[in-house]
This record gives sequence, structure tokens and C-alpha cells, in this order.
Amino acid sequence: MNRFVLWFHRMGSPPTFYAFAERWRPWFLWSALAITAVALYWGLARAPDDYLQGDSFRIIYIHVPSAWMGQFIFLAMAICGFVAIVWRIKIAEIMGIASAPVGAAFTAIALATGSLWGRPTWGTYWVWDARLTSTLVLLFLYFGVIGLYRAIEDRRKAARAAGLLAIIGLVNIPIIQYSVYWWNTLHQPSSIKVTKMSSTIDPSMLWPLLAMAVATKLYYAWSALSRAQLMVLEMESGKDWVRELAGLPRVASPSTDTPREA
Amino acid sequence: MRPGTPSTAALALLRRDLLLLWRQRADALNPLLFALMVATLFPLALGPEAGMLSRVAGGIVWVTVVLANLLSLDALFRGDAEDGSLDQLAVSGQPLALLAGARILAHWLGTGLPLTLVAPLLAYMLGLERAALPVLVAALALGTPLLSLVGACCAALTVAMRRSGILLALLVLPLTVPVLIFGAGAVEAAATGGDPSAALLFLAAGLALALPLAPLGCAAAIRIGTA
Amino acid sequence: MTSIDAPLPPLLTARGLRFSRDGESIFGPLDLEVASGAALVVEGGNGAGKTTLLRVLAGLLDASDGEIAWQGAVLDGGRRVAGSIALLGHQLGLKGDLTPRENLRFRLALGGLRTGITADAALRSVGLEGYEDAPVRTLSAGQRKRSALAALLLSPAALWLLDEPYANLDRGGQQVVDRMLETHCLRGGSVVFTSHGLFTPGLSRMATLDLGGRA
Repeated sequence: MNRFVLWFHRMGSPPTFYAFAERWRPWFLWSALAITAVALYWGLARAPDDYLQGDSFRIIYIHVPSAWMGQFIFLAMAICGFVAIVWRIKIAEIMGIASAPVGAAFTAIALATGSLWGRPTWGTYWVWDARLTSTLVLLFLYFGVIGLYRAIEDRRKAARAAGLLAIIGLVNIPIIQYSVYWWNTLHQPSSIKVTKMSSTIDPSMLWPLLAMAVATKLYYAWSALSRAQLMVLEMESGKDWVRELAGLPRVASPSTDTPREA
Repeated sequence: MRPGTPSTAALALLRRDLLLLWRQRADALNPLLFALMVATLFPLALGPEAGMLSRVAGGIVWVTVVLANLLSLDALFRGDAEDGSLDQLAVSGQPLALLAGARILAHWLGTGLPLTLVAPLLAYMLGLERAALPVLVAALALGTPLLSLVGACCAALTVAMRRSGILLALLVLPLTVPVLIFGAGAVEAAATGGDPSAALLFLAAGLALALPLAPLGCAAAIRIGTA
Repeated sequence: MTSIDAPLPPLLTARGLRFSRDGESIFGPLDLEVASGAALVVEGGNGAGKTTLLRVLAGLLDASDGEIAWQGAVLDGGRRVAGSIALLGHQLGLKGDLTPRENLRFRLALGGLRTGITADAALRSVGLEGYEDAPVRTLSAGQRKRSALAALLLSPAALWLLDEPYANLDRGGQQVVDRMLETHCLRGGSVVFTSHGLFTPGLSRMATLDLGGRA
């Protein structure tokens, strides 16, 4: 436990974080791609047809992991936001903001694939069903966080404000989802829940799904860390460790910030 | 009342805000006029057929209230931020959450409550079932404070920005979805002869949750913003 | 164990205070000390960080480095003890639609009231007699400044943090500020104020902190 805490503490230092990200990034990406390839091959080519929906159900191998990631990343953003606000750790600020576009992308993919799935199943690209609607609202929440971050000039203040919004959003997400679900049953009391699959899922269909869940997390790690690295460089530009990285000589002054021109 | 205690400070802030509202009372009418105008747009767009309108009346009133509430949210903290009053509040050492709560109460008294009182008029014009009118008022009485509370958190977050307007709407509207769903759901239940109590209870629960939490969120957002 | 003769810890001290924004250093590292009855004037050119330093001392901004201590106890974060400091910011903290009297009534409910003074007496001593009931937005810049100064007089706070207290004031107004600072320090209070260097208070214990930055 102690080692874990110590590791987190060290990750708070920008140079350590940068080195960690640099080392592990390729691993995350390649393992994500590898697992995705295996999982999709299995899911798209090898798993048996669903007795109710035929081939079209296969899109769940992209739709469901994307939806899971949309929610998971929002949780991660809120946790980073909490750490950033309470302990003012720069890396937490950066990781929260770096995660936002990835989460938004996954949510958009979930929305698009859900919509594509709807076409053969309901005959239309869009219905106001509970899952699609609450995914759409989640996408709006993501846009709000990203928009707030981009609208404030001071980078650190912007990251903390966006982090607080993520926390507020997180608290609201279960409430929103429940209310949309409630709304849906209110207006379609007898409809079949078409986004739910057959009640027991065959193991041969489950494994690719779980594999995709792992793969998407690895992909998220790669994407967020890459983005975070760029943000760290930007935020710390002019400091000695960044200059060393770029191959430039160290600055002679003892202060680690660039002094402002009068 | 000794000057300088938290309760004195909060009450004084409430009093100041109500006084300001009174001084600018022409502006204070704007959300109401906006609501009236928007409610008029719907029949113009959908056609005046009574049967159709009365079915959607509850929903139209709710959407109108949500949008009208949005109008006055931006000014909630911006005025104080611009003239240095927010700094004074932050520096006073008084619990910022309590002061934020006073501010939110003033906002509701100035916007939410008037909208709740005007809503029956709008609902009548749109032909809502008579039986549903009391439920509409009850739902709005529970829902408009919720809208003020949740909206205030977002308004406090956008204080750090120069221009806002649309961004504030983008932040607030997703968070108002549950209020809208339960509020309009209650009215619909009452209009179709069903039981609105479940929806009303959800609204009450939400209000009970937001009352202590939202001022804390506002205070945190203000501290981030003044930094 | 402090005896009666032991000196009180200085009201406000700061060690190694630094502030940077977006990687640019605004000021620091700074050490400063303000004792009871003393004044500190922060000088510097435009953009040297005077206002930022004041906001850091007030707890509105968090310093990037260093610590601030109040009466010997190190402060944690932005929260200050109620009624311990009074701020005169660049924006005066007055509502334009309210009169000076109404503004003051709010300010004293917020920050507490020093004994022996009333809102009307404060307005008189800053020279606003006759203007107590005019909405602040109808007053001139100098009159608004005087209203804000009146709010300062009402505050029980020991430490005053003033950003450009002499700005926008005519000769009479500047004399008002001089008198206020003198009286406050004689009473044992402390003042930290910023200036471009165009003031002449005759304060016995006054130190200068120069942030530089002049073109």
C-alpha cells in the first residue's frame, strides 16, 4: 500500500510523470491494438449469430465498450478534478483535461454505433430510447467540461474549474440516467427493451466483449497520456528539465520560472 | 443582531440583493416577459388546435420556465465579480457557502418564484387540463429552487470567463434534465388522471439533496474563480 | 510563555513568497513583515505584481511558493479569520444601484463594526456629507473612492490591504487617506498598500517593498 501511495506521490512531479508516460505509451498502444484485433476477429467473424438479432448485434463489440468508457472516463475526470482542487497537483489537472476529449469521442462512438444498430432493429436511425438519450446528455456534459476549460484563460484555473464541473456532472449522471429511464418507461410502458440483448449471454459472445473492455482502457491510457505529455511540456516550458529534453543548455538563473520582461 | 456573524452577513446579503432587485425592477420583469413570449411561440409554431396544445401544455410551460430561468443566471455572480463585491465576500472570512446560499435564495425569489406564480396563466392560455394546474404549481415550487441551485453552480464556474452566455446554457441544460423530466412528468400524470406523487417526491428528494450541496459547490467555484 | 513585556509577533509575515502564472514569474521570492502599528508600501511599475501580491496576502490568490503567517500562526489556504483583514481592491466593492449608506450597511453586516463609529460618521469624515443617499453610480470616481474609504473606517480589522488608495482622489481626498492611515497605525493596526510613488503620508513606521518593473 505504501509503495502505491509513494508511486502516486512521485507521479505528481512533472519530469517523473513525463518519463513514465514516455516509457509506457507504446506498450499501451500496441497491447490495445493487439487485443482489439483478436477481440474483433472473434466477435465479428467467429462468434455465433444471436438468435434474435442475427448479425447486427455484433456492433455491441464496439458500442458497449465505448459506452462503458464514456462513463468510466467521466469518473476518472471527476477523480482527477477532485485531486486537482483539493491538493492542487498539476498532473491531476492535466490528466483530467487530457481525458476529456477521449471520453467525448468514446461517447460519440457509442451514440453513433447505437444509432447504426437501431437501423436494422427499429427501422430508424434515432429513437428517443433511454440509453441513447442519456448517452446524448452525457455527450453534452463532456462538451460542457471541454468548453469551460477552453473558455478560461488561466490554464490552471481553467483545469480546476473544469474539474469541479466534472465532479458536479458525476454526481448528476446517475440521477440523469435514472430520470431518463423513468421517463422512458412512462411513455412506452409496453415497449420491448430493444437495446437489451437476450437475457442470458452466451460465453462465446462475452469474451470478446470483456477483451474489448480491456483494450479500450489501454487505448484510453495511451491517448490520455500522450495528450497529457504535450500539456506538461507546454505548462513547464522554459524549465530546466524540459530544456534538457530538447537538448538545450540549462539556464543559469537559480529561479525555475522564466522571469518576465519588464 | 451583532454585525459580523455569519447569519447577519447572510441575511444582509439577501437584503442587499432584494434591494438591488427592487432598484432594477424593470429588468426583473424580463424573465417573465420572456416566458410569456416563448409560450406564445409554441402555438404559433404548432398551430392553435386546442386538443393538441392542451396535451403538450405542461411540457411547454416547463421548457419555458427552464429557459427563462437561464436568462437571469449569468448575472447571478457576474455583477459581484465585476465590481469587486465578490472579493469582499471572499475576504470577509464568512462561510462562503452560506453567502452563496443567500444569493441563490435571492435569485429564486426574483426569478423562480415569479415564474411559478405566472405559470398557471401560461398553462391556462395553452389549455392545460384544469386538474393539472395545482400539480403544475407544486412541481414548479419544488423545481424552480432546484433550477436556481444547480444553475448557480454553473454560473459561479463561468464567472472566470469574460464572455459567457451560450456556454452557461450548455453547462446548465444537461443538469436540468432530471428536473424537467420529473416536473413535466408530474403534470402529465395529473393531466391524464394518473398519480403525480412519485414524480413530485423525486423532485422533493432532489431539492433536499441540492440544498446543502449546491452552495458548497458554488463556494468552491467562487474560490477557483477569484484566484 | 509570553510575559507582558515580550513583543507581540508581527501581525503579518511572509517567507519566500512567490507567484507565477502560466510559467511566468510575477514576483518573488519575497520576505516581508508587518508589525502592529506599522505600514508597508509596495511600489513598482505597471504590471510589477503589486495587485497580485495584495491579493495573495488577502487570501484571494494562492501563492506558488512560500508561506504566510498571521500573528505567528502559518495560514493554510485562502480562508482568513472573519474580520481580520479589510480590503480596498482595485474594484471598490460597491454596488452602483445602492447609496453609500446602503452599501456601508451591508459592509458592516458582512465584516463587523468597529466600536465608536457609525456609518453616517464615517461618511462625514471622508467628506461625503450630503451624498449619503445618492446612488453610487451617480457619484464621481473620487466620491466612490471616498465611499469605499468610509467602509474601511467601519471595519474592525487590524490589517488593511489597500490597492492604490490615493488613486482618483483630489488633494483633499489624499489628505483624508493620510489621516486614516495615521490614525489606524496609531491605534495599533497595520497597513499594506500599493502605490506608484505619488503619496506623502507622514507615518513613523513605514517600510518600502519595491517590486521593480519600471520601464
